[in-house]
Amino acid sequence: MALSGLFLILFLLEHLYTNVTLFFGDGGVEFDETSHSMVRMIIIRIIEIVLFLAILIHVAQAVLLTRENNEARPIKYTLNDGGKTSSWNSRNMGFTGSVIFFFIVVHLYNFFLPYRITGTVGGVGQETISVNVVHALENPVYALLYLISVIFLAFHLRHALASAFHTLGLSNKKYMPILDKVSLGFSILIGVGFGSFPILFYGAKLLHKDLLNWAL
Amino acid sequence: MNLTLKVWRQASANIKGGFVTYPVANISEEMSFLEMFDVLNERLITEGNEPIAFDHDCREGICGMCSMHINGRAHGPQSGTTTCQLHMRHFKDGETITVEPWRAKAFPVIKDLVVNRSAFDKIQAAGGFISVNTGNAKDANSLPIPKDDADASFFAAACIGCGACVAACKNSSAMLFVSAKVSQFALLPQGQVERVDRALNMVKEMDALGFGNCTNTGSCEAECPKEISIENIARLNREYLLATLKK
Repeated sequence: MALSGLFLILFLLEHLYTNVTLFFGDGGVEFDETSHSMVRMIIIRIIEIVLFLAILIHVAQAVLLTRENNEARPIKYTLNDGGKTSSWNSRNMGFTGSVIFFFIVVHLYNFFLPYRITGTVGGVGQETISVNVVHALENPVYALLYLISVIFLAFHLRHALASAFHTLGLSNKKYMPILDKVSLGFSILIGVGFGSFPILFYGAKLLHKDLLNWAL
Repeated sequence: MNLTLKVWRQASANIKGGFVTYPVANISEEMSFLEMFDVLNERLITEGNEPIAFDHDCREGICGMCSMHINGRAHGPQSGTTTCQLHMRHFKDGETITVEPWRAKAFPVIKDLVVNRSAFDKIQAAGGFISVNTGNAKDANSLPIPKDDADASFFAAACIGCGACVAACKNSSAMLFVSAKVSQFALLPQGQVERVDRALNMVKEMDALGFGNCTNTGSCEAECPKEISIENIARLNREYLLATLKK
């Protein structure tokens, strides 16, 4: 769980960096070029396979461990005040993770599928990837789903980062408060970072602005 | 104080249990939670009814027997406290208090609020010991131990095996207990001989007994009457990882 989770966290950083290029005001050229160059790099193609495996391993382990954990308490408490002793995030990793997984499937269907599998986006004479992203985020349903999923992702990460280090034994009394703050900071970075895309692109649509070609 | 108690009654392990409601009157705020149960049991016996079975021994917070889940919390609402050290002044007059046994597959109910915690003994037997030579005790200063290590080991050794960590954990994980027992020895020179086998065998036994998996929620630390830190869980994970690499 911890190793696959940390790998996925690294991917999130990379994904956030690539997405930020949408804000360069260059009509999405940098974003499109980065996307194209990544497809051409063999190392990225290998990491991409590892990434899919990491998602599947993370989900499979979560399902197996949750089943074991449920079996470990066949008769539940009638009254259980878990909220007094632990955070909501830490107790609901399965729920937040399920929302994130659902979003990943939708997300892949919207972007990975047309660009990499069916080849209906990003080719010669076709809609560019950046325009495809803008169109998707101008859809209120998709923008809202994106935003909600990012919020759940932030809650998930709030517990995940410090927990992963703890599971790997890379934690002690001195580092625990530091890791907790790093977790908080990282979840805010990812939440605000990814959350800005649906808010700004949908907001730009409402204001009739072209965010890809913005200029001061 | 006048209270209403909702207590889990179960005649034996294989008979289905349920809650029974008892009103209790004239309870002093100075009483411990167990003394309040004594008063109720005296009355039940006088009335010719079966008293409520509950575990207790030292009644001074060090034996770890009084396993009660009170109002949704292991050992009640006060942190760092066993049930015998929980006083009635922490409850309100007229309050309804729900009392259940520890709920875990590895801790089956024997009767009413008494659970079988011999699973902890089995984990201990799997590796919670050290090899010592018989004969005279060694001179105290012949084994130099850094003060910080001695303190950390002592804090881990404060575990009384009460099972509140398992009871409080949403996964019924015994990681805090096992980590305390492993840490206690791993930090001292005397514990080095069995260090690798201890980590592997105690974790293996814990898993075999049907405890759940740790997801680092921290509930165990919050409910531990001896306030044992989850830092020990990180140490156990480290010990286990290194032991796996060595064996």
